[in-house]
Amino acid sequence: MYEAIVALPLIGAIIAGLISLAGARNRFPGEDPPPPHDDHAAPLLAESHPRAAPSPHEAHAATGVAHTEEHATEPPAAGSRAAELITTTLLVISCVLSWYAFYDVGIAGHEARVRLFSFISYADLHSDWALRIDALTAVMLVVVTTVSSLVHLYSIGYMADDPYRPRFFSYLSFFTFAMLMLVTSDNLVQMFFGWEGVGLASYLLIGFWYYKPEANAAAIKAFVVNRVGDFGFSLGIFAVFALTGAVDFDTIFAQAPSLVGKSFHFLSFNVDVLATVCLLLFMGAMGKSAQFLLHTWLPDAMEGPTPVSALIHAATMVTAGVFMVARLSPLFSLSPGASAFVTFIGATTAMFAATVGLVQNDIKRIIAYSTCSQLGYMFVAMGVGAYSVGMFHLFTHAFFKALLFLCSGSVIIAMHHEQDIRRMGGLWRKLPFTYATMLIGTLALTGFPFTAGYFSKDAIIESADVSANAMAGYGFVMTLVAAALTAFYSWRLIFKTFHGEPHDRAHYEAAHESPLVMLVPLGFLAIGSLAAGWPVLSLFTGHGADVFFHAALNLGTADRLYAAEEKLPLLLALSPTIMMIGGFLVAWYFYMRRPDLPEELARQQHLLYEFLLNKWYFDEIYDFLLVRPTMWLGRLLWKEGDGFIIDGFGPDGVSTRVLDVTRNVIRLQTGYLYHYAFAMLIGVAAFVTWFMFTGVHG
Amino acid sequence: MTSWPILSVVTFLPLVGALFIAFLSDDEAGVRNARWVALWTTLITFAISLILVWRFDPSSADFQFVEKRPWLGGAITYSMGVDGISLPFVILTTALMPISILASWEAIQRRVREYMIAFLILETLMVGTFCALDLVLFYFFFEGGLIPMFIIIGVWGGPRRVYASFKFFLYTFLGSVFMLLAIMAMYWDAGTADIPTLLHHTFPRALQTWAFLAFLASFAVKLPMWPVHTWLPDAHVEAPTAGSVILAAILLKMGGYGFLRFSLPMFPEASQHLAPLIYALSVIAIIYTSLVALMQEDVKKLIAYSSVAHMGFVTMGIFAVTAQGIAGGIFQMISHGIVSAALFLCVGVVYDRMHTREIAAYGGLVNRMPIYAFVFMVFALANVGLPGTSGFVGEFLTLIGTFRVNNWVATLATLGTILSAAYMLWLYRKVIFGRLEKPNLQWIKDLGWREIGILAPLVIVTILIGVYPKPVLDFSAASVTQLIDNYHHALGGVQAAALTR
Repeated sequence: MYEAIVALPLIGAIIAGLISLAGARNRFPGEDPPPPHDDHAAPLLAESHPRAAPSPHEAHAATGVAHTEEHATEPPAAGSRAAELITTTLLVISCVLSWYAFYDVGIAGHEARVRLFSFISYADLHSDWALRIDALTAVMLVVVTTVSSLVHLYSIGYMADDPYRPRFFSYLSFFTFAMLMLVTSDNLVQMFFGWEGVGLASYLLIGFWYYKPEANAAAIKAFVVNRVGDFGFSLGIFAVFALTGAVDFDTIFAQAPSLVGKSFHFLSFNVDVLATVCLLLFMGAMGKSAQFLLHTWLPDAMEGPTPVSALIHAATMVTAGVFMVARLSPLFSLSPGASAFVTFIGATTAMFAATVGLVQNDIKRIIAYSTCSQLGYMFVAMGVGAYSVGMFHLFTHAFFKALLFLCSGSVIIAMHHEQDIRRMGGLWRKLPFTYATMLIGTLALTGFPFTAGYFSKDAIIESADVSANAMAGYGFVMTLVAAALTAFYSWRLIFKTFHGEPHDRAHYEAAHESPLVMLVPLGFLAIGSLAAGWPVLSLFTGHGADVFFHAALNLGTADRLYAAEEKLPLLLALSPTIMMIGGFLVAWYFYMRRPDLPEELARQQHLLYEFLLNKWYFDEIYDFLLVRPTMWLGRLLWKEGDGFIIDGFGPDGVSTRVLDVTRNVIRLQTGYLYHYAFAMLIGVAAFVTWFMFTGVHG
Repeated sequence: MTSWPILSVVTFLPLVGALFIAFLSDDEAGVRNARWVALWTTLITFAISLILVWRFDPSSADFQFVEKRPWLGGAITYSMGVDGISLPFVILTTALMPISILASWEAIQRRVREYMIAFLILETLMVGTFCALDLVLFYFFFEGGLIPMFIIIGVWGGPRRVYASFKFFLYTFLGSVFMLLAIMAMYWDAGTADIPTLLHHTFPRALQTWAFLAFLASFAVKLPMWPVHTWLPDAHVEAPTAGSVILAAILLKMGGYGFLRFSLPMFPEASQHLAPLIYALSVIAIIYTSLVALMQEDVKKLIAYSSVAHMGFVTMGIFAVTAQGIAGGIFQMISHGIVSAALFLCVGVVYDRMHTREIAAYGGLVNRMPIYAFVFMVFALANVGLPGTSGFVGEFLTLIGTFRVNNWVATLATLGTILSAAYMLWLYRKVIFGRLEKPNLQWIKDLGWREIGILAPLVIVTILIGVYPKPVLDFSAASVTQLIDNYHHALGGVQAAALTR
């Protein structure tokens, strides 16, 4: 069964991929150029050919919405419908099996290990392709397959007018496969496979509209920034192997207690073993989960189609970092230093992203920063040792954040690909269902009492409050303030999009509700956003978590936290809700009562506003500090290093000298060779002499 | 083990084919026949080499299929044999030859017979290099390979082919002069040129250092290592597609093979003392050439620079002398042999159509060449070292093996994985993605069946051994284990002797 859960999406991806390739080939079977008298080749580019690159608007055109613009859109690829149906069906099956697995493993307690075949095994290094199914994995299986199948379904509507649907569905299913490999891994190497696999899928999907330069740039940025994180991840794997002689979780966890307090030489420094290993691995998590300093790729990733943002950049892939820390909780819980750092980064991200979210105007980017911020919450929970609470928030967040993205997709389609909320307004009349579901998503995100987000977010803030972690106080204050900011920007989004007066009459008039195939997933996710909290509360918090997660998480510290939370003063327990209401009221006052106030404030606090609007200038700083110097260095090494020094003093220089000297000598090549040999000989002699006098006899 | 000299057959069958082509007429039929004879010769050679795989005993570290005949008056023997380290390279060579011939099918229209003869002779010399069990014989094959490649670049190359071929020749030739000196010194010291005997001979310490450096001069040029790498981009840019394929896939590997066959086992003390030098050069190669690759404007040059970076992982892994390091080095060479060959073939595909290698001349090819885009993507990702492709296994093993010994080196080398993603994806974006705006690309055709036939096996192998590398790794396991044991034994023996003294 577990093999099927993982394999079905892969099979779907391969079938859809083949359909896509075959279709793409038939679309342009290769023709001979037109006869030479046709000298209008260049102007013909855009229209004459069926496969001339479409403009973003054309290909982005979606759903059954009747378009007013008359564009010669491309015909859909052959087999689009088949590809959609096959991938979606396989995913739904996988999803049903996952829910059964959730019951079987989580509730009935039947953990499973399936060893498939060996991966990279050599000498004392052993890593297998294996499926490790425990409660932690079961939670992820459910989240991934549920959101993925709903997104598949939604995409049938959203991408309806796109000519490259088989490719899109192939990528989506491939992503799901890679994500499932990640969460089912029983060793770090397979996890790294899934890790980079989802990175690849993310790259492909962000750049799905490959004719958009911004999409290409965002795709590369996402991959390369993630590679920076993976640099740390791989070093972490190497260090774990060097220290424990293993890369599989069971052996690592068994050896972890013996590493407490040990130190080793890393880069000439004597450092604490566990802290170093955890921090290196966490660097990977920071990249994948878009945490502070490595977050810059996530907002740009919104260039991809909206269903992708919902699936990959909200519900699943970006939570892989959180999952990784949870999976490695036996390591992280032994290192207070690393845990404090995790809390620090999480809290900083929660706050930082929320401040940027306050002033953004692109509907998807607001939600993207919100995702960034909520991931920060999860890391705060991970840092203070409340692993199950962090997983709880991951679980609920998947529903309401996927919902928010899919709703925004519905809005974007209705507005004909307008993403700027300043040009929206009053849409609730036109999109009642989208409005209602988005409202539910917002309530859950801001932590309105008894929605899913309420339970998980409050649990995180409370855990931070009672924790003994060195950064817990900082985490508590940041998450609490961020809760108010979250409420503010979320309601700002709702008010500016759905309330007030329409700012773009033409688009407003043309807007209407999305087709059923898109609304059904919204409905499911809305139910999840409302109801995914209370029924599973006892599984993720308190003593129930011990039973549920069993040995999958190290909940030693968490138990003390849960005990302390029960004794929390009423005012503190209510504080997140109070902050949420505060944020709502301010947003209501700003955008419903006094719509002129925000602009005035932006004028008054111009510098602050610009600072936030430009996302704290991170992109500019990185460009200045990293990108440009790297390019400069590359050019320098190429032109000066290779060209001037090595070739100049090597072959070219020697040959020039030889030419000078032997200009009149006819047998040029002999001189060339001889002089060259001589120079080399002297060089080698000098080199060897140097070695004789230094290190060789040492 | 065998009753018939299978290694000699694999080695010299291409030469027979070359002789046959030499007698063909020079008209159109002769040209056509030359292609077919070359193809069938290489295919049959490949088939016979598969018998080697089938009958090879991977649990033994000894040389197998050994042949020995006295030669040149008895001082030197004609001695052939393979072990787990050399056999993968033999297979790589025989497997890539038919592909190279097919890749030249239409691209080469001038002096076809001579071209095919050069390639077949080259195959004999390359297979011979990996099979030779006599130092002098090895030197003969190793050096001999230089000549056909020199001719291939110099005759069928691009506009600057003369500069490139001379640069290539001089670099490699000068390196080997030192190797020849070292070989003579070794012969005087040990009294034999028989490699299996030499593997157990303990050379005096001073000679070890000198000989190590002399071999290094040759192998470093061949591999190539920084700073003697600048011939490679020029040679690749000017060479015809199949020339680049063989150059990147096989000729470079001779350097790595040489380190494994000679430097490490025969000069263990020098290897240990000079490992920091190799580390330094490897790390510089990885970072330096990756940075340079970022700025390239020519597709082939970019891939050539990335080859240098990938070979940096090989030398680093080999001189870490850990099980994972060496096995990773071998795997990385095999993987790079496949991936870089495929990348050069991919470049060749568009070069045949557009006759330019300039990155800026392309863009938006995915609109016309979807299959090509897919294939190119697979190899680009393998070059980036994405898990699930063969590129990852080699990089991962060399890095994890090196980290145990020296984490500074491994950490710096890991930086290369960030840069490789940057330059490969940038290249892919510039060539494949984007709008199709250049009018002359408007009618470019996707891969033909011949091209699909060439590239499909490489796609399959790249993914297959990336997901399930065990068969390849197991193949050389026994030999690698013995290599490491002997190395530590040699060092341990010396250290023990020093202690008792």
